Amino acid sequence: METTTKIRVLIAKPGLDGHDKGAKIVALALRDAGMEVIYSGLHQTLDQIIQTATQEAVDVIGLSIMSGAHLPICEKLMTMMKEKGLEDIRLTVGGVIPHQDIPRLRQIGVAAVFPGGTSFEDIVFGMNKLFE
Amino acid sequence: MGVAKYIKDEKGVIKEVIYQSGIKVKPAYGPEDLERAGFTYQKDLGAPGEFPFTRSLHPQSYRSRAWTTRQYTGFGTPEETNERFKLMIANGQNGLNVAFDLPTQMGYDSDHPLAEGEVGRVGMAIDSLKDFETAFAGIPLDRIGSGLTINAVATIMMAMYQAVAEKFGYSKDQISTTPQNDILKEMVGRGAWIFPVEHGVRLVGDSIEYAVKELPKSNPVSICGYHIRESGATPAQEIAYAFEIAKAYIDNVTQRGILPEAFVGRFSFNFNVYGNLWEQIAKFRAARKLWAKMLKNEYGVSDKKKLFLRGLFGGGGSGLTKEQPENNIMRGAYYALGAALSGAQTTALCSFDEAYTIPTPRSALLSLRTLEMLMDEVGLRDTVDPLAGSYFIETLTLEMEEKILEEMKEVQQMGGMTKCISNGLIQRKVSRQAYEYEKGLQSGEYRKVGLNPEASDQIAEKTNAGAVELHEYNEDWAKKSKANLKALRSTRNDKDVSDSLKALEKAAKGSDNVMPHLVKCCHAYATVGEMAGVFRQTFGEWKEPEFY
Repeated sequence: METTTKIRVLIAKPGLDGHDKGAKIVALALRDAGMEVIYSGLHQTLDQIIQTATQEAVDVIGLSIMSGAHLPICEKLMTMMKEKGLEDIRLTVGGVIPHQDIPRLRQIGVAAVFPGGTSFEDIVFGMNKLFE
Repeated sequence: MGVAKYIKDEKGVIKEVIYQSGIKVKPAYGPEDLERAGFTYQKDLGAPGEFPFTRSLHPQSYRSRAWTTRQYTGFGTPEETNERFKLMIANGQNGLNVAFDLPTQMGYDSDHPLAEGEVGRVGMAIDSLKDFETAFAGIPLDRIGSGLTINAVATIMMAMYQAVAEKFGYSKDQISTTPQNDILKEMVGRGAWIFPVEHGVRLVGDSIEYAVKELPKSNPVSICGYHIRESGATPAQEIAYAFEIAKAYIDNVTQRGILPEAFVGRFSFNFNVYGNLWEQIAKFRAARKLWAKMLKNEYGVSDKKKLFLRGLFGGGGSGLTKEQPENNIMRGAYYALGAALSGAQTTALCSFDEAYTIPTPRSALLSLRTLEMLMDEVGLRDTVDPLAGSYFIETLTLEMEEKILEEMKEVQQMGGMTKCISNGLIQRKVSRQAYEYEKGLQSGEYRKVGLNPEASDQIAEKTNAGAVELHEYNEDWAKKSKANLKALRSTRNDKDVSDSLKALEKAAKGSDNVMPHLVKCCHAYATVGEMAGVFRQTFGEWKEPEFY
């Protein structure tokens, strides 16, 4: 039988937006699904997020963005991750994300997008799928 | 079926109904229920406008005056916000409810690195008094009151509002502003906090003290059960936590030697209307009664008008769905009906597209029209508290009162609200509840039309915004704000700025009230970032407790 290690996830709230209910309940759902979940807390800079992700040796970052700034934030974070040689950490994003922005996010290199309303089941499935 | 738990038998007959606050509802109610609860008209209701105000704050309620409507408005630059303000006023709105962008809420100027991508996005960008001069140009500030949705830097915006009024020739005793200014709820729900708990509460105390002495028509604090409810609290907890937060502010001010009688009449509240209709109505009736009783019995307040639970009952954001957004138009109308049946004095309604975007003029107007229909077409102004005497409503109101008291007692036993928020107890509790509720929605245990169970198959379908017109972010807002800021920095009197900021720092470090110093800073065109920067250096920043 294959030995499985737990997926380590950093749920992070970049920027100034303080609506953290979504981030917190997704953190609880992923934890209940058996993942190791670290929650960044609010008002994080992208540098802080990268630092935490490196320190905690996470497999995936889950950004929670409600302010509408998901495109510039993801683009910048992807660039920073590449510069630091962190390409093996997957970037995912959830929050208030209009449907039409999903192709653009995927193009930037975001591994999975979970717009508000995505079920916990689908998020867990999507997260697991990244590591199959 | 909404936000209550319905247990049915195999034939689909409802066997049990349990509201979120934990109240079980019977199939029918009669006089025996009121008798069992010891209900009396005099003790539990009283005439409308009489203690304990369960029925209404005013004897004639909506007959003498329909509710005040305050749709939440503001985005982009002060110029654009000013246009929207004028449009809302021309359409019959009689008070403003101002939204600020996140950099402003967090005390950063538009040219701060952390403001990048956020300038003007969720509200208007304010850097200095210059921006307020533009935003409020042509608004009769002696007639139109303004709610300011600002918390961590509420003292700064309150000072700026006074400064702009003075600049336009109004005196400070003519103006009426209600800054939200409820920092403790930010720490539970909305997240726009900056300073550690004790400093945050001190600033709230300073603004209340200042309003008592200098701003007779302003209401310095609006305590928001609203956001606590949005974060996962039950309706009973929404009221209980808001009241416990109010007590924390009252205690801060009374320690300055000011009696509650002198200021509690200026408190206002902001409560949510989404959820089960009957539970909401009972919640508001019980809340009016409990607040009045608490002030009278625990704080010795005697003036009748100071016992009023004033506030905005409205919104309903968490009840809206991203799926089939047009359903939210009807949903919002029912929430507004609940607010009207509860005797809401002031109201606002989330717009149907708000789960996606900042409301467009069209959707904001639809909300305003919904509110008008209730008052002018449907008959909600006909008579005061029309549900009074209903066996069900009166029993439920009494049960709600008990639940609220239980939740308050729990907070008190854990050391009071300031402590429960400092150590994260409340945040953990409401997050856990939000998680359980969300699971219930996803499993179909809680019915939500258009969301479950029929929409559980296709993610793509669920994320389609349908008829929602998205509010586009305009990069020019940031450019314009930054250019204005640059111009301001080169034209203002630097000595006035640095002198006023130094005086502010001295007050912040000591125990002087910061408000008069902030007014001076505003008049000198110090920026929001500079004033908040003084506080940041003096107080430090809050570190969130672990939430697991």
